[in-house]
Amino acid sequence: MEFGPHLILAILEGAVGAAVLALTALGLSLVFGIMRVVNVAHGEFFMLGAIVAWWVATSIAGHPALGFVAAAVVAPLVAGGVAVLGDRLVLKRVHYDPEATIVATIGILYIIQQLALMTYGPEARPVEPPFNSRIALPWFEFGETGFEIYYPWGFGTTTYKLFVIGAAAVILVGFWLFLSRSRIGLVMRATQLDREMATAFGIPVSRVYSLVFGLGAALAALAAVLIVPIQQAHYLMGGDPLLLSFIVVIIGGLGSIRGTIVAAVLIGLSDGIISVFFSPTLAKIIATLLVALVLVFRPQGLFGKKPA
Amino acid sequence: MTLRLDGISAGYGPVQVLFDLSLEARPGEVLCLLGRNGAGKTTTLKAIMGLLPLMSGRVLLGAAELSAMPAHEVPKHGIGYIPQGRRLFTELTVAENIEVGLLARGRGAETREKVLTMFPRLRERLSQRAETLSGGEQQMLATARALCLEPEVLLLDEPTEGLQPSMISLIRDTVDVMRDAGVAIILVEQRIEAVLNLADRVAFIENGHGREVVDVEVLRRDKALLQKYVGI
Ligand SMILES: Nc1ncnc2c1ncn2[C@@H]1O[C@H](COP(=O)(O)OP(=O)(O)OP(=O)(O)O)[C@@H](O)[C@H]1O
Ligand SMILES: [Mg+2]
Repeated sequence: MEFGPHLILAILEGAVGAAVLALTALGLSLVFGIMRVVNVAHGEFFMLGAIVAWWVATSIAGHPALGFVAAAVVAPLVAGGVAVLGDRLVLKRVHYDPEATIVATIGILYIIQQLALMTYGPEARPVEPPFNSRIALPWFEFGETGFEIYYPWGFGTTTYKLFVIGAAAVILVGFWLFLSRSRIGLVMRATQLDREMATAFGIPVSRVYSLVFGLGAALAALAAVLIVPIQQAHYLMGGDPLLLSFIVVIIGGLGSIRGTIVAAVLIGLSDGIISVFFSPTLAKIIATLLVALVLVFRPQGLFGKKPA
Repeated sequence: MTLRLDGISAGYGPVQVLFDLSLEARPGEVLCLLGRNGAGKTTTLKAIMGLLPLMSGRVLLGAAELSAMPAHEVPKHGIGYIPQGRRLFTELTVAENIEVGLLARGRGAETREKVLTMFPRLRERLSQRAETLSGGEQQMLATARALCLEPEVLLLDEPTEGLQPSMISLIRDTVDVMRDAGVAIILVEQRIEAVLNLADRVAFIENGHGREVVDVEVLRRDKALLQKYVGI
């Protein structure tokens, strides 16, 4: 294939990754921004979303779209519910102490992972996409006959991949509207800015924290529901999204929603492009290097504020 | 309604700051807290708000025991807090800061109008972020946010700190209006002439212990207590 089509394919692959990564990292960023909790178990909520999606999709007969829609509702609810439980039973009891919560969420990570291994098993299992037609993409060239449009062999994508990109964009915009326009969003932002004053104005901070932790997990699970028809559900699949989310959140600026989304697009796209042209390993190396550079030269991240 | 502190002790972690402090703020009255820096005035207001766990004692509003409630329930009983240093939600807009105040007791557009009419400068700046306001405007917003509760009790912690005279008189007018409306007011204030002008009664605090509580008349005639507890 020529360079042009090859590059566009790589960008499309990257955009799918970026879409899913933006949702996952947003969850991590939200939890850190509002609760100041570094949630090491975040990837496990992603994994939980994927295996619940598999479980729901395979237990509903009929058109795969039915199972998919059900999974998109149930998986975030289950992951969110488990997260709220973890918040009440563990994080609240260590008073959200920054160091204690790191250790506590490592514990939660292993509990979820091992429970998944015990119940779901070690197999990787696919979920059928709700729709998946191939779309051939056109390319052009200036040949002897002049300008010509043609369809290079292997140059195409699927409707489902385009859907993932669109769905993620819609969810991100929706979430931004929720945070900036809704009453609950206002309460969450006030809590983030000054927890003590939020309390002094009647905001039940510990309930807000439970909600935020649940929402963060639900976002990861929703991202997993979107990706699981492309990748497969596996009990160890949480590692990569966790690492990439951390990379994104650090580059974007801890707690900055805008930075998180910009960095997710940046990392997702470059990860896709470098993986296609060179190797996935090189992509990870470059991303990690980028984190190191950001940490050295702009520790507050691209969009974060300098600490006072 | 009368706010009563009934022998409260409180502090930060293991460090005790307040020792068996008792006070009473009555409706339509300004009670000033006077004491040196670090005497525990701010700590007293935080303890009322439930922001610090009490080691002993009770805080009562009428018959309701505020100190037995979770902290976020305290403002719902009509305690408006204007903290030292303003503590606005800096990255929220003026309108959003006011909205948070309204949410506390489920007040709506009517209260919002009333409060904005008291502070027209804020109305012109509704979409501005709180951190971009001038110091005086920030104090107005902190006051407006608390008034959005339509409070029965108002706690003001050094509201005139760092403000110019015109702003100070605006804050004073607000305190007067609230007193006349029957609100019980606890005011922490370092400026003696402001205290003599505004207070009905003055309570002295020394190293976290409650000392004399006197009518302001007593201080106008005799400055000995001022000399003893604040050194002027
Ligand atoms: N967060 C805190 N942690 C530990 N100790 C504190 C804390 N806040 C205040 N203190 C201590 O409690 C004591 C009383 O402080 P407080 O702020 O109540 O004094 P204040 O009377 O309001 O003083 P000022 O006039 O300077 O505002 C001081 O000794 C102070 O060091
Ligand atoms: Mg003070």
